[in-house]
Amino acid sequence: MNELQREYPEEIERILAKYPPENKRSAVMPLLYLAQRRQGYIPPQAIQEIAQILELSTTEVASVAGFYSLFHEQPEGRWRIQVCTDLPCALRGADEFLKRLCEALGVAVGGTTADGLFTVEEVKCLAACHRAPVFQLQGDGEIKYYESQSIDTVLALVEELRCKAESKKEGA
Amino acid sequence: MKEHILLRHRDIPDLHRLEVYQKHGGFETFRRAVTTLKPEEVLNEVKASGLRGRGGAGFPTGVKWSFLPNNLWPHYVVANADESEPGTFKDREILESNPYQFLEGLMLASYAVQANLSYVYLRGEFWQIARHLDACIAELEAAGLLGEHLFGTDYSLRIYTHLGAGAYICGEETALLESLEGKLGQPRLRPPFPAVYGLFGKPTVINNVETLANVPPIVERGASWYRTYGTEKSPGVKIFCLSGCVNHPGNYELPLGTTFRELIFEYGGGVPAGRKVKAIMAAGASSSLIAADENALDTPMDYESVQEKLGAPLGSASVIVIDDSVNIAWLVSKTIEFFKHESCGKCTPCREGTFWMNRIAQRIEHGKSAPEDVQLLEAVASQIQNKCLCALGEFSIMAVLSGIQKFRTDFEAKVNG
Ligand SMILES: Cc1cc2nc3c(=O)[nH]c(=O)nc-3n(C[C@H](O)[C@H](O)[C@H](O)COP(=O)(O)O)c2cc1C
Ligand code: SF4
Ligand code: FES
Repeated sequence: MNELQREYPEEIERILAKYPPENKRSAVMPLLYLAQRRQGYIPPQAIQEIAQILELSTTEVASVAGFYSLFHEQPEGRWRIQVCTDLPCALRGADEFLKRLCEALGVAVGGTTADGLFTVEEVKCLAACHRAPVFQLQGDGEIKYYESQSIDTVLALVEELRCKAESKKEGA
Repeated sequence: MKEHILLRHRDIPDLHRLEVYQKHGGFETFRRAVTTLKPEEVLNEVKASGLRGRGGAGFPTGVKWSFLPNNLWPHYVVANADESEPGTFKDREILESNPYQFLEGLMLASYAVQANLSYVYLRGEFWQIARHLDACIAELEAAGLLGEHLFGTDYSLRIYTHLGAGAYICGEETALLESLEGKLGQPRLRPPFPAVYGLFGKPTVINNVETLANVPPIVERGASWYRTYGTEKSPGVKIFCLSGCVNHPGNYELPLGTTFRELIFEYGGGVPAGRKVKAIMAAGASSSLIAADENALDTPMDYESVQEKLGAPLGSASVIVIDDSVNIAWLVSKTIEFFKHESCGKCTPCREGTFWMNRIAQRIEHGKSAPEDVQLLEAVASQIQNKCLCALGEFSIMAVLSGIQKFRTDFEAKVNG
């Protein structure tokens, strides 16, 4: 048993049960999500562990991780604020929203705040074009939508998450 | 419309709860099908309804189901919930607010082709929706509506969700299958088609979420009822996603054949004050640009009319409205940027072509180009045409070629600074 298996025995079993046993390679993406849950990115060791579980080469697992934009191989902020600036949103002020958010947080697009908590990213259409400006928040193994946003609402969220991070630290 | 057929949750509160869905007749059709109808009876009803795929290609659904060979087993059904075309947000509303109707459609499709295992492939961003669908599926299992020997028959069915991870190309059906098999999301060479060689190399039906949501009402009320909506060749209702420069963007469920004018002005409340509609994209970022003259506005939105009268596909009916404050060269730089980002890199014309188009379009957009750049952009786009493995390559040049052709002065304004 490797570390991933020790940490998430039930989840791994539940994931593998979804696919015919001879096609267990299908579990690679769900397992990558699982591996990403703890640190917000997929460390090389996890790639090896997934390869072991699925009887694949590490290259095969690493290439899947590299292909998809929601898998991250580098540590960034704990939460990624991913703002859609695709065409329909851009027609409704998304570029301006992104610019003002970056200014308020003191980062460039792709940059991470000094406290290491937030990375601001630009993403493609999120299927929420009628409620621009919109962003998704990826972090702690979750992805959540925030629609019809303003600078005030996003900054309130940032504050809330900062408090959450703070109280964890104190509790620890 | 008086009554919604797909967006029924707008008429019935709490329809996303199993007991409410069942109180309104939910899963009675599935029960009746499994206990009293032969699989081919379900298939034939859908075929007779003329329902066409809502994922973009408009292929007749019942015909697609009938392609699965009966000497190759098992069969699979995969629901395409990748919904990533810029301007498209209809499947999401169904999944969030009327999930059981979609699931019942998937279950009827599975029964019709005798699949015992089906998957819902969702784009990774739909993480919350996937958790919610998992809970719905668990409820159906607990209620004896999914599982082994349903209603005492020998038909069994299991459904699982599978999350993608951020790749538009995985909406293309063969890339989706590769992704679901745990590989890179890159399209397969065809033939063989998924109906023969699909998921895990077995016969597979892939249908869009909205397509499947149409199936329960069709099987319940019959093909001739369904055909009272829409046109002869494009029967039924469609969810039109309205976005861009309009006062009331959103999803509108309307009969196929509704005009652009009705959608944009009657339902969408028109464009912001003082502006005029300049152009329309009917199929999201993959659209040919339509110049919004009177003729275009009066064109009925069905698969034939839009193509024949305006030379543009209706696709997923993701209508992006562009007003006269927008420069088309800027718009085209946006769509190119999207396709450059999403090209899976498998074939050279698409990978390199979108890269070079992006460079030129950015140059034009930022006023750093010479007039020849517009011709160059046109030339690069033409070289991509008809040379690609999948339709993404073709999609990437639709707005470019039509944009330059119909709105050349917008480009000239940029290059002549
Ligand atoms: C690049 C590309 C992206 C696509 N994206 C989607 C998508 O997000 N959702 C979808 O249902 N179909 C999408 N399609 C169409 C699918 O390949 C396929 O035709 C469809 O899922 C079939 O279902 P239907 O017959 O019910 O429409 C896409 C096609 C291409 C070429
Ligand atoms: S056309 Fe583009 S997206 Fe499609 S297979 Fe080729 S490189 Fe990939
Ligand atoms: S363009 Fe931003 S959600 Fe669709």
